[in-house]
Amino acid sequence: MSKQTSAVEPHGWTKFFLHTNGWLVYFFFYAPILLLVVFSFSDSRNVGTWGGWTLEWYAEFAESRNARSALSTSLQIALVSTVVSVVLGTMSALALERFEFRGKQVFDALLYLPIIIPDVTMAVMLLLFFSQFFELLGTVFGIELAKGVGSITLSHIAFSISFVSVVVRARLAGMDSKMEEAALDLYATRWQAFRYVTMPQILPGIAGGGLLAMTLSLDDVVITQFVTGPGGTTLPVYVFGLIRKGVTPLINAISVVMLVASMLLVVLSLLLERSRSGSGTA
Amino acid sequence: MSAAVELTAITKRFGDVVAVDAIDLVIEDGEFFALLGPSGCGKTTTLRMIAGLDFPTEGSLKIFGDEVGTLPPNKRPVNTVFQNYALFPHMNVLDNVAFGLKMSSVGKAEARAAAREMITTVQLAGLEARRPTQMSGGQQQRVALARALVNRPKVLLLDEPLGALDLKLRQEMQGELKRLQEELGISFVFVTHDQEEALTMSDRIAVMNEGRLLQVATPEEIYEKPVNRFVANFIGQTNLLEGTVENHDTVCLANGARVAAPSEHATGTAVAVSLRPERAHIRDRGDIPPGETSVDGIVERITYLGNARVYDIRLDWMTMEVREENRPGMQVCEPGTDVSISWDPSAISVVTD
Amino acid sequence: MTAVEAPEADEEVLEVTPEFEAAAERQERRRGFLLALPEFGYLTLFFAVPLVIVVVYSFATRNRFGGTDLSGWNVDSYVKLAEPLVREIFFRSVWLAALTTVICLVIGYPFAYYLATRSLRVRNVMLVFVMIPFWTNFLVRNYAWRVILGNDGPLTKTTEFVGLGEHEYLFTQTAVVLGLVYGFLPFMILPLYAAIERIDRRLLEASRDLYANGFQSFRHVLLPLSMPGVIAGSILCFIPSLGAYVTPEILGGAKTTLLGSYIVTQFLTARNWPFGAAMSFVLMAIMLAATVVYFRKGGRTL
Repeated sequence: MSKQTSAVEPHGWTKFFLHTNGWLVYFFFYAPILLLVVFSFSDSRNVGTWGGWTLEWYAEFAESRNARSALSTSLQIALVSTVVSVVLGTMSALALERFEFRGKQVFDALLYLPIIIPDVTMAVMLLLFFSQFFELLGTVFGIELAKGVGSITLSHIAFSISFVSVVVRARLAGMDSKMEEAALDLYATRWQAFRYVTMPQILPGIAGGGLLAMTLSLDDVVITQFVTGPGGTTLPVYVFGLIRKGVTPLINAISVVMLVASMLLVVLSLLLERSRSGSGTA
Repeated sequence: MSAAVELTAITKRFGDVVAVDAIDLVIEDGEFFALLGPSGCGKTTTLRMIAGLDFPTEGSLKIFGDEVGTLPPNKRPVNTVFQNYALFPHMNVLDNVAFGLKMSSVGKAEARAAAREMITTVQLAGLEARRPTQMSGGQQQRVALARALVNRPKVLLLDEPLGALDLKLRQEMQGELKRLQEELGISFVFVTHDQEEALTMSDRIAVMNEGRLLQVATPEEIYEKPVNRFVANFIGQTNLLEGTVENHDTVCLANGARVAAPSEHATGTAVAVSLRPERAHIRDRGDIPPGETSVDGIVERITYLGNARVYDIRLDWMTMEVREENRPGMQVCEPGTDVSISWDPSAISVVTD
Repeated sequence: MTAVEAPEADEEVLEVTPEFEAAAERQERRRGFLLALPEFGYLTLFFAVPLVIVVVYSFATRNRFGGTDLSGWNVDSYVKLAEPLVREIFFRSVWLAALTTVICLVIGYPFAYYLATRSLRVRNVMLVFVMIPFWTNFLVRNYAWRVILGNDGPLTKTTEFVGLGEHEYLFTQTAVVLGLVYGFLPFMILPLYAAIERIDRRLLEASRDLYANGFQSFRHVLLPLSMPGVIAGSILCFIPSLGAYVTPEILGGAKTTLLGSYIVTQFLTARNWPFGAAMSFVLMAIMLAATVVYFRKGGRTL
């Protein structure tokens, strides 16, 4: 839409309302987050009360063995599930966008389901699955397996893989497939065409999908709670447990750390967005 | 010496659809050759089969005598200038042009030197570090040419090479392409739906429709002596006067008038007499120069084109177009005037379906 | 990545035949299939199979020890869905999810329009500040409200200070709706923005030229054209609200149990797996129906 003002531009009360609504929405988005940050530095046992500056709660977080181990568990799971989702998701995005094969429509439908399904339902599905699966392994092969980091990672892959596929596929769809033909015509093998022509161009999509997968993994409470077991406490599950026992300033501090992590991912994705528009296809 | 490209009974089917129907075509070395036809006629599929981007269903496809029909594109000694160029947006001009050489494992330094040289040939020296997205359409076209030609292909294939350019630039690039082709001495095979472009640039034209090859000939022959109704209609403007062959010299038109029209067709064959608008002339009713054939009609409408006027003339059984160049002091007929249209018997051609 | 090689004709056979063409095509299809296979297999094992297990469980029997007997198949769990308590929770969930969606729409539509009509520069900056909450940890964002709405939190104190008296905000339905709106407003704004931004401004001008007033031009041109965005945003708000678990757990109380929390309870505390499975399945069916309606309406973005 053009910059120049036209007669259809809202004016009078409508314009006033639109402006006010705009600012209120931003206030609504950011005021709670900012308050949380402020209170995380508050020297008071009460989470919502100001009692002067302190870094005590961050120190407590740093010293808490449970919190630290939850953080490292979260990061491990996020890393593994992101890498696996990115590799598998990119492959299937290529298959769906560039190839025809039997069962493609079924796969396409199956791919969208994890995206639109409520996470409580997905949690139930995976809980029942792992219960049955481990029982089966126990009775048939005598292998004793328990839920934990492994089952959490497998579950996180299951819900983030589709997001990666969709993001990468959108990127591939925006790329002229003639480029790949041009590469073949210029003596590249199929692998070289992918390596030197397709991949550099869809890289922002792959990275964006990866960031999304990582965010989803670091965000999840419900599914993790259902498929967790000994040693499988992620940071969100740990925090959630703390909140249910009663809020403490420690939670404020941990929340702010998680907030900062989220922000870092946002900044990264925005930088990617910029590089994407910078080298857009003509 | 064998032909640059030789297609024998090449057929391409996509499922039940026959895209290319058993065509035979020989393209000589050093020829500027056009595949011309409306969209969906199979011309692009034919080009893609030569490039190796589609495999033919049946037939034989030879390049300089070697059967290549089953080879993938990276094993064929041809290169393509793609429609809309398909330049790699993440590489600069130099890397785009050097791509083919790098892939065929020519040393990096050598590849770059050759690429630079070719960039100079297409008059883009100094722009090696630019990204294709920062270039004009004409410049992109030159990069695409350089990227293909640097590999010294035995045949260069071009898919609608000028389609994305505006008129001025297109005319300039037509000359440029012709110059390059003469300089390199290899054959250029290009696909176009623009008959004017085909006429201007090619040594020979193949007219295609619905997967079939209708006529392969020089531009002049295609224009002057189209083999059938489709070719006559597709190449330039024409009037088709329906009739039947009376004998080898005469065709009896739909209104019963007899016109001199030499043809090889048997008596009674349904034919059409093709008469180009600029080959016919408007005369005062009955004022026919000796030796010319004529029909009578009424001026219905006049379209002013600047350098010419096009008259729509209403006959008893059809409407004809006549194009008269504007010359000083020329007499202009008003709509409604009774006139005759006359032409030299050599101006027409007799076509069938 | 699997290393894909060029279709290699047998060096001996250099003849074009329909068989060769078919073989090349088969190879191409196989290549596509192999690329899709790892994820296809993964989703089959960890999504499709679990889905089937949920259905199977919903017909199973809960034994006296809180375990599940995969025998004595019955539809008791589905019958149980009609019990008053379950009905109450179900209608409360639908009501709160619908309320959340409507509030998001009412706030989000003018905002998305406002966003879409800014100059490109301003718009990009504004979009960034919508993306940030979109990406920010959901649990943390809900927890922030727990702090604000708490008994001695800033909001309570402010209202007391202004003289509006003491209010209990936490553990009410209002708190839950607030948390849900806060959580899902970005999901409403982004598709709405995408839909409105695509609309050619000249269409609005044309409607004004044809004597529509501001409201008529909104009602008859802008709104119908942005409908795909409205539907997409509503689905993206409604489905997660309906299945919400974290928000009611943090901001709600005993009287605000929603479907999501109730399902979780069946598994983690009440240990009635068949019933929990049946409810999950119904929730999923509602979600699927909503999505199918959306795609029928010609929507493409999710």
